Amino acid sequence: MSSWRKRVIPVLLLHGEGLVKTINFKNPKYVGDAVNSVKIFNDKEVDELALIDITPLDSRSEPNFELLKDITSECFSPLSYGGKVRSIEQIRKILGIGVEKVIINTAAIEDPEFLRSACMEFGSSTIVGSIDVKRDIFGRQRVYTSNGRKNTGKTPLEVIIQFEKCGVGEILLNSIDRDGTKKGFDLETINTLSNGVAVPVIACGGANTVDDFILALKNGASAVAAGSKFVFTGKHNAVLITYLSEDENKKLLKYEDK
Amino acid sequence: MIAIVDYDMGNLGSIKNMIKKIGGQSIISNDKSDLMKAAGIILPGVGSFDTGVRNLKKYDLYNYLQDLAEEKQIPILGICLGMQLMCKSSEEGEEIGLGLINATAVKFADSETLKIPHMGWSFVQKTKPSILLDDFTESPRFYFVHSYYVKCNEEKDILGITNYGIDFHSAFEKNNIFGVQYHPEKSHKFGITLLKGFLKYVYHRNE
Repeated sequence: MSSWRKRVIPVLLLHGEGLVKTINFKNPKYVGDAVNSVKIFNDKEVDELALIDITPLDSRSEPNFELLKDITSECFSPLSYGGKVRSIEQIRKILGIGVEKVIINTAAIEDPEFLRSACMEFGSSTIVGSIDVKRDIFGRQRVYTSNGRKNTGKTPLEVIIQFEKCGVGEILLNSIDRDGTKKGFDLETINTLSNGVAVPVIACGGANTVDDFILALKNGASAVAAGSKFVFTGKHNAVLITYLSEDENKKLLKYEDK
Repeated sequence: MIAIVDYDMGNLGSIKNMIKKIGGQSIISNDKSDLMKAAGIILPGVGSFDTGVRNLKKYDLYNYLQDLAEEKQIPILGICLGMQLMCKSSEEGEEIGLGLINATAVKFADSETLKIPHMGWSFVQKTKPSILLDDFTESPRFYFVHSYYVKCNEEKDILGITNYGIDFHSAFEKNNIFGVQYHPEKSHKFGITLLKGFLKYVYHRNE
């Protein structure tokens, strides 16, 4: 009974000073105050949190270190941060503030040498490589950067193999097509990618129920992440910060016990 | 005052934050005069074993910590790499550890089914009474991130056992010397209970 269960990670999107939730990476809707939301998740004994800053680069070019400080002073669970990370010095500063892991997306894809040196400097278990995947107009899965605006023309497998070579400790796999839709995970991609690398893959995008989580884990994900599921409730997507209910938790534990 | 040893091995702010949350006071420092005045010491750390040893030496704290822990009997809690540095040696490196406990750090064997590092939440099974683990009303679970684990050579030092493919020693305790492989500062209510236990020991052990 020693291992508990695989991690279930709420993903919080920071836009300006507040948290938002998107659909297909678009139409950010305000869902609450960042520090307060982190506090709520801590009270609910969250496994881990991921915070990603999607504020447009023209209004903020650097991570919001001041806000991160306020957040970490209230965060007593593991926290990873992503968004606008482009230098070793920024990573050092983020870790110094009390964040455990740094998520790198655009810079990791555009500059593998940077990713490699980040993994060398701070250790694999501190660096998460992240990819945003979307079907292009021909229906092919491709990796997009810059918050889903730029098609790299690369396949997801090609990019994560590169990430693995650079030494990342985990891969955060986002589906742009599923983001905010609550239609369930893109299981086929999760399956292909989890089997394609030895590095743990965190599945994100589309989760609505615990059954979705179980399916992702069955398809090889090492951990599961979700946004909408934990910030919205009901048919009309009323804003409500929640985490796994007792029943949902039991269901997951039961699945993993098998 | 609790001194959190700053030797350039990772994130110390979250430990300070949690101590503050439970009503304690702490200082992050590598200054001997701060360590000397401290009622208790926390040796945290994320990174490689050899770098950890070398950085302790760089700040001239290697022998000093041995002296504080062994001669002056100051309570000391090692967390993650800090726990491993308290051992005699590690398969990860060539340097000699602080040797505060008769134990070594060894690498997880490669496995088809389990990913290394061990990252995530696991239970800790208490193997002897201890102020660190006595106050839990349910089986405590903690957040782990590590590729090496501690193997105590003396059974009486083992405080907690965790399973990840194999059973390993996730906590030890010998007199005033404590070590935990997991991160109490990132394990919300479970970590709070554990650190409260450590503070209780630090401030009330002579009563």
